[in-house]
Amino acid sequence: MPVNYSGKIEDFFPTLRILDTQGHVVNNQKKPELTDEQLRELMWRMVYTRIWDQRALSLNRQGRLGFYAPVAGQEASMLASEYAMDKGDWLLPSYRDIPQLVWHGMPLYKAFLYSRGHFEGGQYPEALNAVMPQIIIGAQCTQTTGIALGLKKRGKAQIAFCYFGDGATSQGDFYEAMNFAGVYKAPAVFICQNNRFAISVPVEKQTATQTLAQKAVAAGIRGIQVDGMDPLAVYAAAKEARDYAIAGNGPTLIETLTYRYGPHTMAGDDPTRYRTDELTGEWEKKDPLIRFRYYLEQLGLWSKEDEEQAADQAKEDVAKALKQADAVPKQKVTDLLSFMYEQPTQNVKEQLTEYSAREGDQR
Amino acid sequence: MTQKTMIQAITDALRTELRNDENVLVFGEDVAKNGGVFRATEGLYDEFGEERVFDTPLAESGIGGLALGLALQQYRPVMEIQFFGFVFEAMDSVASQLARLRYRSGGVYHAPVTIRSPFGGGVKTPELHADNLEGLFYQCPGLKVVIPSNPYDAKGLLISAIRDNDPVVFLEHMKLYRSFREEVPDNDYTIEIGKANVALEGKDISIITYGAMVRTALKAAEQLKKDKIDCEIIDLRTISPLDVETIVSSVKKTNRAVVVQEAQKQAGIASHVIAEINDRALLYLDAPVGRVNAPDTVFPFAAAEDVWLPNEKDIINKVKETLNF
Repeated sequence: MPVNYSGKIEDFFPTLRILDTQGHVVNNQKKPELTDEQLRELMWRMVYTRIWDQRALSLNRQGRLGFYAPVAGQEASMLASEYAMDKGDWLLPSYRDIPQLVWHGMPLYKAFLYSRGHFEGGQYPEALNAVMPQIIIGAQCTQTTGIALGLKKRGKAQIAFCYFGDGATSQGDFYEAMNFAGVYKAPAVFICQNNRFAISVPVEKQTATQTLAQKAVAAGIRGIQVDGMDPLAVYAAAKEARDYAIAGNGPTLIETLTYRYGPHTMAGDDPTRYRTDELTGEWEKKDPLIRFRYYLEQLGLWSKEDEEQAADQAKEDVAKALKQADAVPKQKVTDLLSFMYEQPTQNVKEQLTEYSAREGDQR
Repeated sequence: MTQKTMIQAITDALRTELRNDENVLVFGEDVAKNGGVFRATEGLYDEFGEERVFDTPLAESGIGGLALGLALQQYRPVMEIQFFGFVFEAMDSVASQLARLRYRSGGVYHAPVTIRSPFGGGVKTPELHADNLEGLFYQCPGLKVVIPSNPYDAKGLLISAIRDNDPVVFLEHMKLYRSFREEVPDNDYTIEIGKANVALEGKDISIITYGAMVRTALKAAEQLKKDKIDCEIIDLRTISPLDVETIVSSVKKTNRAVVVQEAQKQAGIASHVIAEINDRALLYLDAPVGRVNAPDTVFPFAAAEDVWLPNEKDIINKVKETLNF
């Protein structure tokens, strides 16, 4: 008789939840040790990011930003996991994971430049260990394994964090990356943000497995599913995975159950074509900001004034960053040509001459 | 100086660079204990150990991603794609990821990765092993593509490829691996990437080619000599970037040219070589540039190669046709 896995494997992947939707602690044992200041900082980041996201949407509609993938709903999944990273850890984001990049050290104006396709958006400060946001679904996963193996070979106490969505778990690269990382015991954390839809295709049509976390089984690595709307659960899982990797035990796959309130990107996606308002409403009730706010208010750690300050700061910073981005000189063909090789090749050299003459004419 | 086959020269280059630079890593399928399916990495695992020379799981895309990640940790990866027909599995990691890293980071990051791979027809491999896919990579700015035609060049070019700070696709024609030996210096030396070699000087016609077809062209030139036809042979060595200067100065001297490639006709290297000659030396030509290539079918395999691959006779005929225009 063939083994019937249904109702068995997923039992090993219960959803880790620490805060319920009302901000009550439901799992004291797993509650991470965060100081009051850290709790406030995490809340500050989530509020700030929500406001920045709203500003980004309206700037996009005004034609002042380029490509943008909304993040509202995923703040706990994104920011509480990034919060578990050390400053020197490597970050490999997908195109939606701009908030993690910014909180890991990318100046906000560079996020806007990236959105516009300006090369300066990819010129990271030396202290920021990160790769540019990945467009090809899953490609960052195999690169993460390479970076993690490199860190291990160098004997560094740093690890690589990789972000991708539910759709990426259908890609070969996702599985190849976990498989390689398992073989090499590479210090990596793979964070699958399961927001239920890969553009329009629901996760039920990506896979017949009941959870995405259980895909770790095939690679022989650790897997865990967490409530991605619960910042404490996300932080706890990410921190534990980081400690596990640093200790030399290898990679972990974390599935965060989350939801994006907005469209896939601002380039014409209409979510009403593939999901109902009722479903979105249900997820809005699980909102990470609401439950964390309740929790912090109970502890006396968060007030209306804090909320307003975080929002005002975000608005001010976005305005400043936009100005800064606007002030960056337009990119030229000669810039692009110069990024093809360390030393320009014969054809590039000729075209540099040709285009710099043209660019000279335009001045 | 030692007499070496091309495969021995390649092993020699890998060993040289593993010794010279502790950041050089060699990895791929079967490259460690087994020394590679062609023994290109023979003895390297024993000398340098698992830290430097290691096997990967059987997944080409994963190998490419691994190389990019290791490059970002200041390693100098030499990854092997076991047969070039398998490179489609790694197309994203090579053409989209490695080739674009410098641009995506505005010049902050780079990928000093060498992608070694056996290819080339005439040795009766199974399907999708031998395909001449160099044209695909010629279309990718950010990559360099090197194809040696002999043991001496293979060593010098491979050392250059490994030291290069940009990704280099290094293609090793399987027919050349063990078909002949020549003097290869034991010390390290480099051959500049992007520079063609005048393999034979002549005044009547320029034969421009690369890889295994260089040998075929040399044999054709010997035959043509009997008819008092004096051929010049340009071995491109690097197909991306192309050494337009050497090509054009040869054509300006001989006023006639034939471009030879093992690959299919459509969108190949020959097309581009001819376009460059037309752009830069059209008025020096006494005849249209001739072209020898395989037909526009998929790359066949085994017995089908005999009727498919261009050969010495095709070159001789095309040279005569171009001279008698």
